[in-house]
Amino acid sequence: MEVKREPLGPAAGLGAHVDPGALRVRSLNAHQLLRGADMQGANQPAHLKGTELERYVEERILTTTLDKTVAWARSNSFFPLAFGLACCAMEQFHAAGSRMDIARFGFEAFRASPRQADLIILAGRVSIKMAPIIRRLYDQMLEPKWAISMGACCSSMGVFNNYALVPADKFMPIDVHVPGCPPRPEALMHGVLKLRKMVQDDPDMGWRERYDAHGTEEILGA
Amino acid sequence: MPDATGLELIAHELRESEGDEAVRETVFFRGRGTIEVAPERIRAVLAHLRERGFAFLASVHGVDYYPHEPRLGVHYELLDMARVDRITVKLRVPTDAPEVASVTADSSADAPGGPQRGWPTADHQEREIYDMFGVVFQGHPDLRRILMPEDYEGHPQRRDFPVGGEPVAFTYNERDALGPM
Repeated sequence: MEVKREPLGPAAGLGAHVDPGALRVRSLNAHQLLRGADMQGANQPAHLKGTELERYVEERILTTTLDKTVAWARSNSFFPLAFGLACCAMEQFHAAGSRMDIARFGFEAFRASPRQADLIILAGRVSIKMAPIIRRLYDQMLEPKWAISMGACCSSMGVFNNYALVPADKFMPIDVHVPGCPPRPEALMHGVLKLRKMVQDDPDMGWRERYDAHGTEEILGA
Repeated sequence: MPDATGLELIAHELRESEGDEAVRETVFFRGRGTIEVAPERIRAVLAHLRERGFAFLASVHGVDYYPHEPRLGVHYELLDMARVDRITVKLRVPTDAPEVASVTADSSADAPGGPQRGWPTADHQEREIYDMFGVVFQGHPDLRRILMPEDYEGHPQRRDFPVGGEPVAFTYNERDALGPM
């Protein structure tokens, strides 16, 4: 997203000296301009005409695409599924605690229902018996949805590389793998912020199209 | 713990009450007394030990003695809460007929050994041994797999069961582990 920023002050380009106390007045004027207020009213910046006036308005408007705005909004309010599998879940809780405070990025609303969640964090080892259940939870989440594989076990089966476990990539699409055994909360935060960056810049970076990892919602009664 | 003499006394009692073939061996090792019994007499032996004070079945677990025969074993750890005394009862069964009488349920008066109280705590533990080692507990009220999926094939804790898992790709073997790149 391109944001045009210029420093305020005498060099800001309005010509006349701008003191900080006048910023509030300018702000109110801009509000009126945006609402299409009559420019002949009492509060108009009388000294602005023509191209100067256009620039005055342009400086106060951001333009972007709807997709980018939606991605920005989505990426700043993930609703993770309240879901833990093993010891990684302890670290996941701490990411929500006061030290890491996942809430400052807007991800604090852990949902108990997959229908209300759009991010599933596989925090722990996935046994063969649990895999179909996790797949079903993932399918019950509505698009757009993302998945983080947290810890060594559900990425590569880690120290439990035996008959009992299955890596998460074998049965569902994973956007971000967070290594560690278990990863510290900082590492999980890093993974979540990587996912936020992915969603903001380019939703799922095109890999979901390549692997056809879309349209898996479970539709009841269908 | 019963000392070595006490263990022999218990074994002698069992031989007298349950028959000579009921007790196969006694082992006293590092302060722990173990009695190996015939698989078909396990209910009677445990019932006798319960009357003797070992009224708490602390644990039931399975063993695979591969490559020794008979391969499979089941251990019953009994605890006497009043005297703070422990004893281990073992049995061995071969893999081609891994059948042991379940000790979970009560047996009725017309059962071979007469009416006996069961050990309800053995329910899940026998299911686990069935799941992991394939020992079939006859007379168990609900003998299903408990840990592995219902449709799983094989008994993964047997020593000849492949460990399984995914090939781990390190730098030195990533071409072999991941296939042609």
